[in-house]
Amino acid sequence: MTASVAIIGSRHDGSGAARFLRRLFLHPGAMVGTIVFSALVLAAVLAPLIAPFDWNETDAGPRLAGPSIEHFFGTDLHGRDIFSRVIAGGRYSISLGMATVLLSLFMGSLIGLFLGYTGGKVDIWGCRCLDVLLGFPAIVLAIMIVSVLGVGLVNVVVAVAIAGVPRFARVVRGAVLVAREQLYIEAARALGASDYRIMRRHLLPNVTPTLVVLGTLDLGNAILSTATLSFLGLGAQPPTPEWGTMLSGGREFMRYAPWTMIFPGLALFLIVMSVNLVGDRLSQVLDPKAKDRR
Amino acid sequence: MGYFGRRILGVIPVIMVTWSLVFVVLQIIPGDPVNLMLAGVPASEEVRERERERLGLNKPVIERYGSFLVRAAQGDLGDSFRSRRPVTDMIAEQMWPTIQLAVGGLAVGLVFGVILGVFAGIRPNSWVDSCCMALAMVGVSLPSFWIGMMLIYVFGTVLMWVPITGRGLDALILPSITVGLFIAGGFARLIRSSIIEAMNQDYVRTARAKGLPRWKVVLKHALRNALIPPVTLLGIQFALLIGGAVVTENVFARPGLGTMLVDAVLTKDMPLVQALIVYKTAAYVIINAVIDLIYGVIDPRVRLEQAT
Repeated sequence: MTASVAIIGSRHDGSGAARFLRRLFLHPGAMVGTIVFSALVLAAVLAPLIAPFDWNETDAGPRLAGPSIEHFFGTDLHGRDIFSRVIAGGRYSISLGMATVLLSLFMGSLIGLFLGYTGGKVDIWGCRCLDVLLGFPAIVLAIMIVSVLGVGLVNVVVAVAIAGVPRFARVVRGAVLVAREQLYIEAARALGASDYRIMRRHLLPNVTPTLVVLGTLDLGNAILSTATLSFLGLGAQPPTPEWGTMLSGGREFMRYAPWTMIFPGLALFLIVMSVNLVGDRLSQVLDPKAKDRR
Repeated sequence: MGYFGRRILGVIPVIMVTWSLVFVVLQIIPGDPVNLMLAGVPASEEVRERERERLGLNKPVIERYGSFLVRAAQGDLGDSFRSRRPVTDMIAEQMWPTIQLAVGGLAVGLVFGVILGVFAGIRPNSWVDSCCMALAMVGVSLPSFWIGMMLIYVFGTVLMWVPITGRGLDALILPSITVGLFIAGGFARLIRSSIIEAMNQDYVRTARAKGLPRWKVVLKHALRNALIPPVTLLGIQFALLIGGAVVTENVFARPGLGTMLVDAVLTKDMPLVQALIVYKTAAYVIINAVIDLIYGVIDPRVRLEQAT
């Protein structure tokens, strides 16, 4: 009943895209998520303009000073302004997470497309390998890869991306298996389209919505994983104002100066939470079975 | 051979593939294990060479690969490069704290997850549902290293309710909550959707029509039938946790297999890494096989389907 009312009601809502966006964002969770995410991204982009201090400037205030009017989030061991560092930290944490997801999506789609389209023994063995990798905690896999590539920002992105590939590849393969049996693929083949063309022009666009949802749902994870590796000392190195690195640095002083770890962690939590809220709603809106959910 | 036996045998090819992958990765990792063991201590080339020979590192790669398989089949996974002790002994020592944390984390996750999931599921799309799901979302979004530190600060440093370190059960409370909060989020969402589905089934309608109290319908009829998907997740989580919770162990400075694996990878202690991977993979597959058996206990229909 709710669904039919919604459909009748939405007949005058304009284009499909507008309706989709309305359904996506007129939801308390998604709205909060979008606002928080936009605010953090905007703050990160405008960091040079809005940060009250240079985020790497030592002795911008007294060392390990608590939050005050001058230093909203206090200062760290080197007297750097934590508020400025948290704002700037978004530049690293958010872009690292996005780069990771994009790379993961790219590699996962290629492998998934290849396995799903090729089929047969290649598919069976490929899937078995993916399953073995899926059995590993992603973070352990990422640590192993970092130990091959070496410590550093770019390597962490590559490591977390590779660790995420099996998940994406599995989903894309599944979607391709379904799409491959459709009539239009047969028609394309009958018209003499090459395998490459069928994959790129017909199969890939079909699995794109699935990839968008998956990518959004995974962004929170990716941000967390890259921050975790930095926290463990394998990613960004001090004095980079990356949230995981800041938390790792604040850990030693949490007894006397808890603000050194509270605020970077809060920022990390908020960004992950906001991305998860939007991703969650996106998957609800795009999942036909969940249409009855408000 | 029974179903369980077949599943256990099925672990062998999986271990072989995993181990081969690990072997290849460890070959690519830059750095000579002997140099890493010496950690900057000066040693003559002669000493280094002797050490390489002792560890079998001077043998061809293929030979090392083969000899590990032969020894592993006899139950000997080798000695650690660093401590020179049998790796099986080292793993056994770290097993207990790892199992403690895994069980503690799962217990916390299960309790919170079931409570949130059931309350959300019996009144879908109500404000109770929204609140429960918001809490579940908080659970999956919390960075475990941050929430671990916050718990240490609030309950260990400020309130001084629980010890931060130590081997006792009370020192297990905060790490278990840290692990459990994340797990609870996933459980709650799964249990919610299972409950919604179960509440629409005929047998639940019958139970309600019989006039059973609502709590009895929910707990005895709906929840039991809604447990299969969460039990799968429980199995996966347990299998992952039994391999060690790297971050939580790190934050609480606890011993455990997670920290052990990270250290072993970073110091290129190959026998230890290999043994840990074999152990983790075996644990993963065996626990999943056990979970399949548990399905039959929860839902007798599963057993019937297998028999026919």
